[in-house]
Amino acid sequence: MGLLSKKDSKLILDPLADNNPITIQVLGICSALAITAELKASIVMAVSVLFVLGIGNVVISLMRNIIPSKIRIIVQLVVVAALVIIVDLVLKAFAYELSKTLSVFVGLIITNCIIMGRFEAFALGNGPWRSFLDGIGNAAGYGAILIVVGFFRELLGSGTLLGFKVLGDPIEKTGLYAIGYENNGFMLLSPMALIVVGIIIWVQRSRNKALIEDH
Amino acid sequence: MEHIELFFKSIFIDNMVFATFLGMCSYLAVSKKVSTAVGLGAAVIFVLAITVPLNWLLDQYLLQPGALSWLGAEYADYDLSFLSFIMFIATIATMVQLVEIVVEKFSPSLYNSLGIFLPLIAVNCAILGGSLFMQSREIPTLGLAFNYGVASGIGWFLAILAIAAIREKIRYSSVPPALRGLGITFIITGLMAIGFMSFGGMLTGGDEAPKEEKTASVQEETNENIALNSSEASEDKEIANNIKENE
Repeated sequence: MGLLSKKDSKLILDPLADNNPITIQVLGICSALAITAELKASIVMAVSVLFVLGIGNVVISLMRNIIPSKIRIIVQLVVVAALVIIVDLVLKAFAYELSKTLSVFVGLIITNCIIMGRFEAFALGNGPWRSFLDGIGNAAGYGAILIVVGFFRELLGSGTLLGFKVLGDPIEKTGLYAIGYENNGFMLLSPMALIVVGIIIWVQRSRNKALIEDH
Repeated sequence: MEHIELFFKSIFIDNMVFATFLGMCSYLAVSKKVSTAVGLGAAVIFVLAITVPLNWLLDQYLLQPGALSWLGAEYADYDLSFLSFIMFIATIATMVQLVEIVVEKFSPSLYNSLGIFLPLIAVNCAILGGSLFMQSREIPTLGLAFNYGVASGIGWFLAILAIAAIREKIRYSSVPPALRGLGITFIITGLMAIGFMSFGGMLTGGDEAPKEEKTASVQEETNENIALNSSEASEDKEIANNIKENE
């Protein structure tokens, strides 16, 4: 990365693994779980959060010296709400079906703790460029988990990826289904999202012992 | 009758934590001890009971397509529903601030137990989620909106109470190191959510069936509610067994 100094690239790369917003900082779980039954919805959600967090961090960072600290939460909420309305209207205009699937969860980006958390922890104390990188990095870390969970749930649950039947046709018994494979419909139900994230956390922490917490 | 139905539906079937994953952030962060979990749960019930009816009024008289017709016929065509996110969140943030000030002034003891949680609540997805679901499910009256707010709050309260109690106990069991803390909490929540899915069949008889059967199903539901305590206990046992298996 010739464009970024070492410190700056750390801002982007850190949240992708060792400081991941979902598995380590425990932020933004609310919306992460409910919409991951399909890969497509996960990707759209990841991109929406990337947009809102990237721009929002810059806006807050530009205003950081003029926001009175007492009402900063309301100011932050208004900034996020404005950005989320843009996302919502864009989705309604260009991907109406998908915006129906996501239903209230687009609106819930407003209260996604990652966004408020990064505003509070980073954008209020740093310049616009660094805040932008931090926002992109954290949103990417969030999106990565979302896409992994969406990938497994859609693959195991309905045997498709982005709607393509990658494992063959379950009705005509082609591909894997010819040898007796069945879809695990349980993966599509909401509790499995929690368990899949739990397993991701397990795998990540067994690989990196430093992350293990004592009860 | 629809009050009772909505009440139980919001607590058990559409439980905020287990069915829609709302308020997960604070659910995971504040569930280490039962006492703090109770404080936050109570604050959530309180704030939901205030903000959902308020946002219902806003939605009905300001935001819905045609809601402005009370101002005069020429306003009937306006559709301000795209503003609902910003209106709802502004109402919630101001109400939380207001409640904090009022409680601090009139009841210092309540403030000491609830007060520290109130700022946390403004950004709790369960609160905004309550208002947004109220809007998308088109709850017809103000009374039902209040009912919905209180019942969803109670559902959330039950969920955080249960997980906090389990987490207090699980400290003494030997969970695999990498799964300790967050990982096991996720998996337990998943198992609890599976348990709560069994409530799903509780009210479905009411949808297609004629009215007489509806009353019967509601009576059944109260019975089931009594049976709940025991079923929750068995759920705990199930989790305990699972932990043993992990060992």
